[in-house]
Amino acid sequence: MESAIGLNHFLAVGLILFCLGLFCVLTRRNAIGVLMGVELILNGANVNYVAFSKYSAAAVDGQVFSVFVIMLAAAEAAIGLALVLAIYRSFRAIDVSVMRTLRG
Amino acid sequence: MEGLSAEVVVFFFLAGVAVVGACGVAFATHIVYSALSLMLSFLGVAGLYVMLDADFVAGVQLLVYVGGVVVLTLFAVMLTQGIRDVKVSNRSAGRGFGLLTVVAVFALLWRSFQAAQWHRPVEYLAAESSTAAVGNALLGRYVLPFEVASLVLLAVLVGAVVLTRKETAESE
Repeated sequence: MESAIGLNHFLAVGLILFCLGLFCVLTRRNAIGVLMGVELILNGANVNYVAFSKYSAAAVDGQVFSVFVIMLAAAEAAIGLALVLAIYRSFRAIDVSVMRTLRG
Repeated sequence: MEGLSAEVVVFFFLAGVAVVGACGVAFATHIVYSALSLMLSFLGVAGLYVMLDADFVAGVQLLVYVGGVVVLTLFAVMLTQGIRDVKVSNRSAGRGFGLLTVVAVFALLWRSFQAAQWHRPVEYLAAESSTAAVGNALLGRYVLPFEVASLVLLAVLVGAVVLTRKETAESE
């Protein structure tokens, strides 16, 4: 039974999410905005994992991987936001262009 | 098949929600709007997981992302900026360059996955809950990564506390 919605449709959604996340990471100056972009990128990758898991014979491996990715994304968000708070305490700003202490 | 089937409509609705949310994250001028759009995008993606018969992943997505990451992000916004000056600091830099890079990456990936010869699935599995299978895989084949994940989460917990605690004066 062929369905109207195929693997490529889901890959396209994942690709669009990835590209918007990349744009966010490249252009945002707000450190929290950059972290949101990273979350979008990971979500795009996850859509691909789950789609491949459905449209292949490899059982649920893709879904297990996406669960691990979600776990790491949550860890990354927690540590990233803790870092943002620490940076805010020392710079009084979370604009990534303000943090240039290590610049040569 | 007559016109639009329900599956197509649902797919484009969910994909639209996810993409509109992502656009909001990328283009909103207000950081709080960005965070709320992020939630919208996560909800759309959770719906797509349900379409892909990944009930467990959809549930985890709702619990961890919508319930956890977005709330955490909003808290970080509130803690780092006064509500009033939130707007000032969501500026973007280098939009032209960023757009150029993103369009190039998009074109490359789009072409590559259109050109790829995917193996056709042997048969479409009937829609059934995959939660039991995921649980068996997590505690069977993937038990070592599963345990390492718990260690990572413990380290993250301690690390986040250490990073955000207030420095108190040393008292002898």
